[in-house]
Amino acid sequence: MTLAQHSLALRAPQLMTTPPLLTMTGVSRRYGDVVALRDVSATVYPGEVLGIVGESGSGKSTLLRMMNLEDTPDAGDYRLALPDLPGNLFDLDRFARRMLCATRIGIVYQNPHLGLLMKHTSSGNVAERLLIAGERSFAALRGRAREALDASEFPLDRMDARPIELSGGMQQRVQLAKAIALEPVLLLLDEPTTGLDVSVQALVLDTLKRLQRDRAITMVIVSHDLGVIRTMADRVMVMRRGRVVEQGLADQIFQDPQHDYTQQLVHAKL
Amino acid sequence: MTIATLTKPWEAMSYGFLDASAKRELRRKMLKAIAVPGCQMPYASREVPMARGWGTGGLQVTLTLLRPSSVVKVIDQGADDSVNAASIRSFLSKVSGARETWDTLEATILQSRHRIPEERLRADQVLVLQVPNPEPLRPVEPNMSVARQMHADADYGRLWLILYEQIVRSGRVMQGAAYPSLVNGRHVMTPSPIPRWDVPKLHMAQHLTFLSAGREKRLYAVPPFTRVEPLVFSDVPFQVEDHAALTCHRSGLTGYFMNEIPQGDGGSQFELSDSNLGIKAIRQAEGADARIGPTWYENGKTS
Repeated sequence: MTLAQHSLALRAPQLMTTPPLLTMTGVSRRYGDVVALRDVSATVYPGEVLGIVGESGSGKSTLLRMMNLEDTPDAGDYRLALPDLPGNLFDLDRFARRMLCATRIGIVYQNPHLGLLMKHTSSGNVAERLLIAGERSFAALRGRAREALDASEFPLDRMDARPIELSGGMQQRVQLAKAIALEPVLLLLDEPTTGLDVSVQALVLDTLKRLQRDRAITMVIVSHDLGVIRTMADRVMVMRRGRVVEQGLADQIFQDPQHDYTQQLVHAKL
Repeated sequence: MTIATLTKPWEAMSYGFLDASAKRELRRKMLKAIAVPGCQMPYASREVPMARGWGTGGLQVTLTLLRPSSVVKVIDQGADDSVNAASIRSFLSKVSGARETWDTLEATILQSRHRIPEERLRADQVLVLQVPNPEPLRPVEPNMSVARQMHADADYGRLWLILYEQIVRSGRVMQGAAYPSLVNGRHVMTPSPIPRWDVPKLHMAQHLTFLSAGREKRLYAVPPFTRVEPLVFSDVPFQVEDHAALTCHRSGLTGYFMNEIPQGDGGSQFELSDSNLGIKAIRQAEGADARIGPTWYENGKTS
């Protein structure tokens, strides 16, 4: 790694100098009588990791699903700084949405069954992403699947095992490989380590951290685990009952929480 | 005036077994299927005197197409004399007055399970294939509503996943039958359970092909002179079964699709899958008058 790259990778979040990669404004969503999101706005800057915390049912996963265009809100605007897609992404048709999600956004779900084809091979799961993007050479598929699995620190001698035969940590690594195979501009992580034991959790977080450092990848990570957020995030957004109650730099939130709810959350943890 | 003069005399069934409205509905769907090659058209699959899974889809299309001057051939795994083929053929002739034949050259309508005859079909012939599972996306997308959406979006990337895993597992594409093929550059279809050997026969063929699944209530068509391209990787070419060098032990013909007959000594012999071609070759060798038409494969290669 050259010095120039190194300094780029270690640069602090460029809150002041660069325009945000992701801008979400005024997103509201209600499911029947349940209000999942009330007027939520969020910005994510290139190369930054945004952590979203909150109790169960606070709307953090719904927000992430919106970011992955899996659901359309009742109101709201969502833009990514992509030259070919300048408008509100919620206005895209099904076809454009699918292409965008497949090629520009990667997602890792808490439940691997949502993100993986359990009966196909692990390398095939990664290859599927590349196939959607139009890759039709077997050698290239094989090579790029191997690269992506290697980058997510998956043991390559098991690359043709089916995810259902793998451990939870391995399944998350396959999901991660699938998510980064096309070098997306945005990586969404929905409780990526929940349900893993502490040592495996540390290893997966380690991989994520390394990826973030090496590729300066922009991430949004949702978790109810403050430890995970503290390890990963540059900036933190605290959600409660579908609203953002507080946001700021990670250290600021953890050292000096302002909102009552955040104070409770931080103290409960410590 | 009596009621008898105003009504038709009683008949056991209408012409061609199916009632007029059923045939009208099928014809509409068949025309639609021709208009959008390879696209699956839903239709109201009727009861016929045969269990689902035995070729009811093909039978309904054939019944709709038949007329008294038709000459009908039915094959099952290439053979005209299997019980299933013989019963369907005699049923067709009984309800329509059409003539039965074993000869591919003579037939005007051919209903088939598993094979396309080795002799080239002409523009005046119609091939009807019985399809067990019309949905090529089923192995990768169990939800049929989603699969239909994928067809609408031409979202076929996942089909290569099947081929990818076969190559990973076995070193080559193992898809023996129903090889997914792109029709007219738009819709991917399952060409019935025909072997890979028969898929190139559909490409730019002179004849019209209908594929119909009675249980699944779907029919689709390959009109004459339509592109049918098997899905392949850019660096792994499509290959038919390795039968080009095999010789039929009964007729002595070489270069056609063969059935393997296991022998008592652990070895195997081969015989032509297209039984009528074999019969004609044997008759020719015995000096009888049997004409073999031009075949799709010459010396084991497509011509």
